[in-house]
Amino acid sequence: MAIEKRRATAAEAVAGIGDGATVMLSGFAGAGFANRLVGALRELGPRNLTLVVNSATHRLSNTHELIAAGMVRKVICSAARGHDKSGLSAFEELYKEGRIELEVLPQGTFVESIRAAGAGIPAYFTPTAFGTDLAAGKEVRNFDGRDYVLEKSIPGDAALIRADLADRWGNLTFRHAQMNFGPAMATASKLVVAEVRAFSDTPIPPEQVMLSGVFVDRILVAGA
Amino acid sequence: MKPLNRLQMAWRVGQDIEDGTVVNLGLGMPVGVSDYVPHDYDVVVQSENGIIGVGPLASANAADSDLVDAGSRKVTLRAGATIIDSAASFAMIRGGHIDVTILGAFEVASNGDLANWDNRIPDKGPLVGGAMDLAASARAVWVMMEHNTRKGGPRLLEACTLPLTAVRCVKRVYTDIAVLSVTPQGFLVHEILPGISREELQRRTGAPLTFAPDCKDLVTPDIALPEA
Repeated sequence: MAIEKRRATAAEAVAGIGDGATVMLSGFAGAGFANRLVGALRELGPRNLTLVVNSATHRLSNTHELIAAGMVRKVICSAARGHDKSGLSAFEELYKEGRIELEVLPQGTFVESIRAAGAGIPAYFTPTAFGTDLAAGKEVRNFDGRDYVLEKSIPGDAALIRADLADRWGNLTFRHAQMNFGPAMATASKLVVAEVRAFSDTPIPPEQVMLSGVFVDRILVAGA
Repeated sequence: MKPLNRLQMAWRVGQDIEDGTVVNLGLGMPVGVSDYVPHDYDVVVQSENGIIGVGPLASANAADSDLVDAGSRKVTLRAGATIIDSAASFAMIRGGHIDVTILGAFEVASNGDLANWDNRIPDKGPLVGGAMDLAASARAVWVMMEHNTRKGGPRLLEACTLPLTAVRCVKRVYTDIAVLSVTPQGFLVHEILPGISREELQRRTGAPLTFAPDCKDLVTPDIALPEA
């Protein structure tokens, strides 16, 4: 019984994430946000974070709390536009004033750069964004008649992901579209914390495991 | 005849979806296309958040906040559906496994260049999402948009004025008054709304048009928009 990845509180689950860390946050379209862990990170209060999160502004994610608290130096994302027609999101307010840095990537490049980091690949060529403003300043190479853009991988210091079920080895299952960026972010980050609905006292059957516990360091059982 | 409304446009695009294909439908008007694909067709709707086989919208009592499409809509799954992670979903897109993507647009150029992600709203943050991946690598890119801007300007142009999403990618354009394809010689008109002359269509277009020998009327059923 050497391996036990559960942590008793959200604060213990995010402990050690420090100033200047690159933190990856899973979630897309309302599914897979680890909002308890994000709340605990806000309480912990590290500064000068770089957030790697698909949307800087999704209304169902608590990402905005970290941004509004002034903890974030830079956001790497594919979407940074708020939903509120009458006003600007926390991100947009800071962005307008030049107080937060933004790197916007096509969503496929965003996740492939994360996946590549987790697979030990420092950079790769993709056809996406060739000939657009998002490829400005990036190396282009032609392979077999098609133009490709060189993209660097994105490693993380920590990833906060949401899953459905965990066992003590950190093996995870995901519900429906909750999976989204979680597996790639888990492979790419040094410290991986999974917020899960429930804990399985018995091992999850191997063929049902959707993310190997090798990639997961800490588990917070958070309920639904 | 009145220009097509968005549901009539969706109906018209739906007539060209082939049985057994994998399609990705963009946010806004394009997601409506799936309502007009024949019910006995096996069409796999891919949503870039990893749902492969999106079904109709979920009823209120079946809605599940973990079962959402890329537009944050609570959906159902079709028989044969699978769910994969985002890296695999975009590998599917970049790897050329999507037969058709149907996207909204601000502008399309006569060489197939597409501008659909940045319309330069002051102060608002940028939003690119999966548009560049889809436009660059789907086997066919079809655009669905109004023929003209609200101010009456052309959206079909010799060169896009807004930031590009991808170069030379658009194959077909479905507007509220015409159906066109993009050829090496530029825009070719296949269908035109009854009551609009070829001269008027050309006046409302910012690039030279040619007309297919079998160019015909653009006709759809009457489909009322839901009450706002």
